[in-house]
Amino acid sequence: MSETTPNDAVTETVTLTIDGREVTVPKGTTVLKAAESMGTEVPHYCFHEGLSPPAMCRLCLVEVEGAPKLLPSCVTQAQDGQVVHTQGEKALQMRRGVLEFYLVNHPLDCPICDQSGECYLQDYVHMEGRDHGRSREPKRVFGRDDFGGDVLFYGDRCVMCTRCVRFMNEVEQDPRLTVVERGSRSVIDTFFEEGLEGTKWSGNIVDICPVGALVSKDFLYKQRAWDLDHTPSICPSCSQGCTIELHTRDNLVQRLRPRKNLAVNGHWMCDYGRERYEVINRSDRVTAPLVGRAGERTAMGWPEALTRLVERLDGVERGRVKAVVSPHASNEDIGALATLVDALGGGEIVYRIERAEEEDVLQGMPSLARRRDLAPNRRGAELLGASRVGNDDGTGGLEGVADHDGVVIVLGDELADQEEGFGEAARLHLHLGIHPTPAATHADLVLPVTTFAEQEGTFTNLEGRVQRFRQALHPPGAARPPWLVIGALVAEITGRDTLPTTGAEAFRALASRVDAFAGLDYDALGTRGAVVNEPVRPAGG
Amino acid sequence: MAYPYTSEHEVRVLSEHFGDPTARTLEGARAKGRYETLRKAFEMDRDDVIEVVKASGLRGRGGAGFPTGVKWSFMPKDDGKPHYLLCNADESEPGTFKDRELIRWDPHQLIEGCLIAAYAIRAQHVYIYCRGEFFEASAILGRAVEEAYEAGLIGRDILGSGVEIDLTVHIGAGAYICGEETGLMNSLEGRRGQPRVKPPFPAAVGAFGKPTTINNVETLAAVPHIVEHGAEWYRQWGTEKSPGTKLFCVSGHVKRPGNYELPLGFPLQTLIDEVCGGIRDGNALKAVIPGGSSVPIMNAEEVAACSLDYEGVVACGSMLGCASVIVMDETTDIVKQVRRVAYFYAHESCGQCTPCREGTTWVTKILQRIEDGRGTEEDLDTLVEVTDQMTGTTICVLSDSVAAPVQSSITKFRDEYLALIRRGERVGAA
Repeated sequence: MSETTPNDAVTETVTLTIDGREVTVPKGTTVLKAAESMGTEVPHYCFHEGLSPPAMCRLCLVEVEGAPKLLPSCVTQAQDGQVVHTQGEKALQMRRGVLEFYLVNHPLDCPICDQSGECYLQDYVHMEGRDHGRSREPKRVFGRDDFGGDVLFYGDRCVMCTRCVRFMNEVEQDPRLTVVERGSRSVIDTFFEEGLEGTKWSGNIVDICPVGALVSKDFLYKQRAWDLDHTPSICPSCSQGCTIELHTRDNLVQRLRPRKNLAVNGHWMCDYGRERYEVINRSDRVTAPLVGRAGERTAMGWPEALTRLVERLDGVERGRVKAVVSPHASNEDIGALATLVDALGGGEIVYRIERAEEEDVLQGMPSLARRRDLAPNRRGAELLGASRVGNDDGTGGLEGVADHDGVVIVLGDELADQEEGFGEAARLHLHLGIHPTPAATHADLVLPVTTFAEQEGTFTNLEGRVQRFRQALHPPGAARPPWLVIGALVAEITGRDTLPTTGAEAFRALASRVDAFAGLDYDALGTRGAVVNEPVRPAGG
Repeated sequence: MAYPYTSEHEVRVLSEHFGDPTARTLEGARAKGRYETLRKAFEMDRDDVIEVVKASGLRGRGGAGFPTGVKWSFMPKDDGKPHYLLCNADESEPGTFKDRELIRWDPHQLIEGCLIAAYAIRAQHVYIYCRGEFFEASAILGRAVEEAYEAGLIGRDILGSGVEIDLTVHIGAGAYICGEETGLMNSLEGRRGQPRVKPPFPAAVGAFGKPTTINNVETLAAVPHIVEHGAEWYRQWGTEKSPGTKLFCVSGHVKRPGNYELPLGFPLQTLIDEVCGGIRDGNALKAVIPGGSSVPIMNAEEVAACSLDYEGVVACGSMLGCASVIVMDETTDIVKQVRRVAYFYAHESCGQCTPCREGTTWVTKILQRIEDGRGTEEDLDTLVEVTDQMTGTTICVLSDSVAAPVQSSITKFRDEYLALIRRGERVGAA
């Protein structure tokens, strides 16, 4: 409950007793949430925080003293003085019974089910179910159905919680799913052949399906759930900055999942963002610092490369820097770049960004949309002094940089449209890149840097919310976070001994230098992030 | 003999004109005194109407037996919202056929009752939700409503009283569960016919989200008589807790099945032996289901001691329900009968609640297996335990409706199950 109303100073509360312990919760809280707030999970399927509660799975039944029957805790409001037993013999016996019913027609195909390991039917049956079912009757069979989009439906595994139907009706508000037939013949189905084709948020129904009835085609048979590492992160595909998890194995991102953050994305993320994880896994990488322009280029270690770079800076005219930064870079990276530009006497920092024609708003949560800005940190780039150039497809606008005869610095990979001649005229051309690119042909130094998934840091989304992401993958070869590389360089140039060595230090350095971030505490950003001090001004709408 | 069968034991208040088609027309109905009470009711204070019905002790005839006047008094007063009265004419309980007859023979009695009730609960609109298969009855009712509208008995300024009440006949699509009161509301609103979670109760949030009272056809048909003659008059029949008359729908192995209106508290044995002429072919009585297929089955011993009022039937191990008396003689295969009932409920389960969705089908499959001679004695324990898990765990009572016949038959007719299990053959089939 602590997460629902962060700013409500005074809320009416009720105090009840659950399993012998007193608990005080805001008025209107359900018994299920009250129990959850004290660490007791009452099993449930149909209830989902982001959806209406139909109270039909009958799994969350608890004993409330004075009530003639067991009550569904998901819709029973906590009352003052109420005495609830979630683990009483009666409640446990009934829940054991309900779980047995779920298995009457369930195929028990866990060994070949994608959900296995993160399946609430498995979990609850192990928690509270009978050790064996008593049904000897033939099971009814629905088989498999392609729902369109990324969604595959295994009817026999379905627990008929209707979360998927309610998501499409209430949240995406594009009612593509329904329950057909009734009784034990009930099954989720699409209307005619239309299916989920063309929907923009239907990936969420795979997430909220408590069992293996709805699975992702993309993820099908790819990994076992228990082999995946889950890393808190931020979706890099637009400026909404959805709070997500990267699910990784073998140093590859296997899938993205939304992480609950009521301030940004609720429980959801869009299909556009969900589909774009493979970019993170690109294997063509710059893996070592490369010194010298094309033809005379040599790979070397970091200390040597930095020494060579500092040598090259000798005699370079100050105050003539033109830098191009990617809005996919973190606040710390862009902030570090700004200090480097300052250390070199100042100059200009520009960024380019690809913009979609329009937003894809989630009807049931209008504050959530796939935004027009298709990068996670445009707002951060602007707050840190970069200005936008180029077209809405992310090209153009670099004429002044490509031919610049001073210092050219590139951070990140946004130069696909640039020719080999980019930066050829530069007195010093420094390229901090992730992937090899023709635009780096005339770079004096190509320094390998990490993707957001290989480092920790923060992005600033369009409302100005600064959110943390953690390191999920090992960087290839010698690739290092840009803020670390640039920080080392700045320390060399300025002779200051203030090299940040952790993400926290990099952020602290930023917060101490840039007003917008002043007062923000890296550790306190927590799971929801915090809004910067600038007045909120949606970047570009 | 009139209307298929009648009996001298009957007290024909509601069923007075059964078998007499002249009451179907407005002219005929008015000649028989219909709508006289309406005028009287509109002159009374609304709360006084509720008080009379409360004092009469009239209990809901749909099966639950909840006091009607008390139910009406739950409706909010002066809340500024539209109120609705729903008349539940989705008569679907196997064995029940009283509401159909009340509509067929005396539609204006029902309309008058609806209007008085609507007046009492401050409803501006009455919906009569008719079972989808009631082709003839709904056609008769539709004509009666039309006539009443034309005569100014429904609509604006009824009988010059200034009262405005509209009435719509809505035909269902034939799902049993739409006879459950909140399932009916969903169906009426055009949603899936699935019962709603209570609370909120209909008197607070009912049809179209507004305060709603829902009454059975027979309940509403009794209202004009009670308002006309008073509570004491109505209490001359029946018992203290179950006053008045009740239509009994008798079916099964009796010589004269049919609808009989009797005072509540009437002896069940007399109903079978005298009113219905006894068991067919001189056979012996084996079992009776006294209140529609969802109540516990009674054996002959319980039948002999049973008086037909709400408390009397409970005392004899069952429930009065909607008083649909299904009589079974010695030739009846109880296991087959119970399996057939379970199949019905499995087919009609709306599928929302897990215990009902899965349980009804599972139970049916077990019963079928026993009937086929492939059962085991453990199956009986499983049946009892599984039906226990289906009792009191769901939104509505459909799942309890399977539990009652299964558990009662296993208790009272265990031998029949065991015989099938042991010999792998049927008993009782002649």
